[in-house]
Amino acid sequence: MARSGAAASSPASVTGDGARSDATSLTREQKLELYYFMRLTRSLEERLVNLYRQTKVVGGLFRSLGQEADAVGSAYALDRSKGDMLSPLIRNLGSMLVQGAKPNEIIKQYMAKGDSPTRGRELNIHYGDLERGFIGQISHLGDMVPVMAGVTLSFKMRRQNRVGLVYVGDGATSTGAFHEGINFAAVQRCPLVVIVENNGYAYSTPLRKQTAAKQLVDKAIGYGIAGEQADGNDVIATYEVTKRAVDRARSGGGVTLIELITYRRKGHAEHDNQSYVPAGEIDRWAKENDPIDRYAARLNDEGVGAPELAAIDARVQSEIDEATDEAEASPMPDPTDALVGLYADPPAVAPLWFRQGIKSAVEVHERPASWGTHDV
Amino acid sequence: MSEITYLEAIREALFEEMERDANVFCLGEDIGAYGGAFKVTEGLMAKYGEERVIDTPISEAAIIGAAAGAAHMGMRPVCEMQFIDFISTGYDMLTNYVATARYRAMLPCPMVVRGPSGGYVRGGPFHSQNPEAAFLHTPGLKIVYPATASDAKGLLKSAIRDDDCVLYFEHKYLYRRIKEEMPSGDHLTPIGKARIAREGRDVSIITYASTVWKALEAAEQVEKEDGLSVEVVDLRTLLPMDDDAITATVKKTNRVLIVHEDTRTGGVAGEITARITENAFEWLDAPILRVTAADVPLPYSPPLEDYVLPQTSDIVLALRKLAAY
Repeated sequence: MARSGAAASSPASVTGDGARSDATSLTREQKLELYYFMRLTRSLEERLVNLYRQTKVVGGLFRSLGQEADAVGSAYALDRSKGDMLSPLIRNLGSMLVQGAKPNEIIKQYMAKGDSPTRGRELNIHYGDLERGFIGQISHLGDMVPVMAGVTLSFKMRRQNRVGLVYVGDGATSTGAFHEGINFAAVQRCPLVVIVENNGYAYSTPLRKQTAAKQLVDKAIGYGIAGEQADGNDVIATYEVTKRAVDRARSGGGVTLIELITYRRKGHAEHDNQSYVPAGEIDRWAKENDPIDRYAARLNDEGVGAPELAAIDARVQSEIDEATDEAEASPMPDPTDALVGLYADPPAVAPLWFRQGIKSAVEVHERPASWGTHDV
Repeated sequence: MSEITYLEAIREALFEEMERDANVFCLGEDIGAYGGAFKVTEGLMAKYGEERVIDTPISEAAIIGAAAGAAHMGMRPVCEMQFIDFISTGYDMLTNYVATARYRAMLPCPMVVRGPSGGYVRGGPFHSQNPEAAFLHTPGLKIVYPATASDAKGLLKSAIRDDDCVLYFEHKYLYRRIKEEMPSGDHLTPIGKARIAREGRDVSIITYASTVWKALEAAEQVEKEDGLSVEVVDLRTLLPMDDDAITATVKKTNRVLIVHEDTRTGGVAGEITARITENAFEWLDAPILRVTAADVPLPYSPPLEDYVLPQTSDIVLALRKLAAY
């Protein structure tokens, strides 16, 4: 049994109650799909790092290296045909890809393109699509818990057979919004699954400075809801534990809190040098507990040959290449689009008097060199 | 048809809108079985059940956040803040999440946050607030603050039908003190449109909510005692602000007094003043004056509260000063 407090110092080997990762009903095809999404997550982020270094990413870059299994496995437990919805966190690119987010959208978001899903208004993976079943997060941690409580409350009120899933990190469990949202959802018995991804750090703050709780799953007791813990770096265990919670929610059993033990191998964002991490810790997790390596080995044991996985890797690469080309060719936003769509009515905000008849605020020559990122 | 109070008008709007649209539901603290701290929602749960009239935990952030989530899915939630003073604990959800949702993520938030607001009731610092200025600064929200019973009904019905989040402030001093016969039929007051509460030629008072009544009293007094003709503009909606109505009254009287119950610094009056100087400076024959609360938390004891809040006599003084300028 891994304590979350220890998660940061040594690779955890956890499987929660009954989360035996060797027992799964997933088909061979589904298992390969899990591999595909994990690989797509990692490779897409690697591509974004390249673009970041080329200064083509306008803002910061957030990685989920080492957490791909928890994102992909948990989201995979939702039923897209039933209209299940999730709200991701910054390290849930994998969850969004499972729900149908496309690599070209992600790259366009990072590059602040005019045809990105948010038309250049929001950064990185902060976007959503109600049709495909994901709702974009905001930066204020914990806020998506009340929102998803409301989404799932609407499922219940309308007698819809749908389930919601919301991700928070270990840090967000300290927020008021997390507490209020999960408590309200628990009282209302909303069909909601709350996944706490315990990756050891909130920015630079280790879990022991975040909470005095022995493990985050213990918080479920206080809310009177089901709680389970699983090894977040085992994609099958992650899928199974989430599937149980999803089934529970769908059958009227209310909210479940799941703690997934994982580890954040990169800094909070790309700029973070991780000076606060004890020497050797990251390397140890990379060597001993990489979710994709572990899963590839498992698939290998189950008779999936290396060439088959290599073929998936190649497919992922070509999809990312294609997405990159499309994103790079995409236009930046029309500056005046900034005034459109704040309200349904009126449809646009009036330009300020000093901008009337002016199409852009800053001429290229006015831009400080330090902006550097996108002279267009 | 008989007259009903401001409070009954709010209740009538809730009943009518819940009857009209199954997506409308209410959530808040003690609003169900108990009928709300002021009994605004009395009878609502008996008629529509506890699924559509939800008694929540004491969790303003959850009330507002959950309303937003439900609104994304096509519901039309009406949140009650037990006292509007408590809206501050939902400030993050409102300003960061709700107000930005459509703009940043194309997520609709058709929801209303309503609650008893304002002073003159000896409520002390935490049961008397007027928080409109804190939200006037947030693009993406709409703010209405009715002064009359018919506007209380008409604005709430419009707010519930609006496709964005509307903050609906209702003045608790007015709850049971004013009565009016409701216009017949499906009565809607347009959001964003001010009302001329009293026509006049010499000086304009621009105001809203409880101080509309004090402005009207003062106008009567100076007409009688000084022969002044005072126009009173009831803004009704603060966001978006009705610039046309403001400019029109400035051009008509050329003298402007802005009155509000909220504190002075950073208040709504400052914004109105700036707009007038931008849009109609050359029409002014006198400096714009403000009568507002003093910049202190609202104290409890009657002599203190009366001293801090704007009174009719303050408005009379200001009107005379403007007329003499």
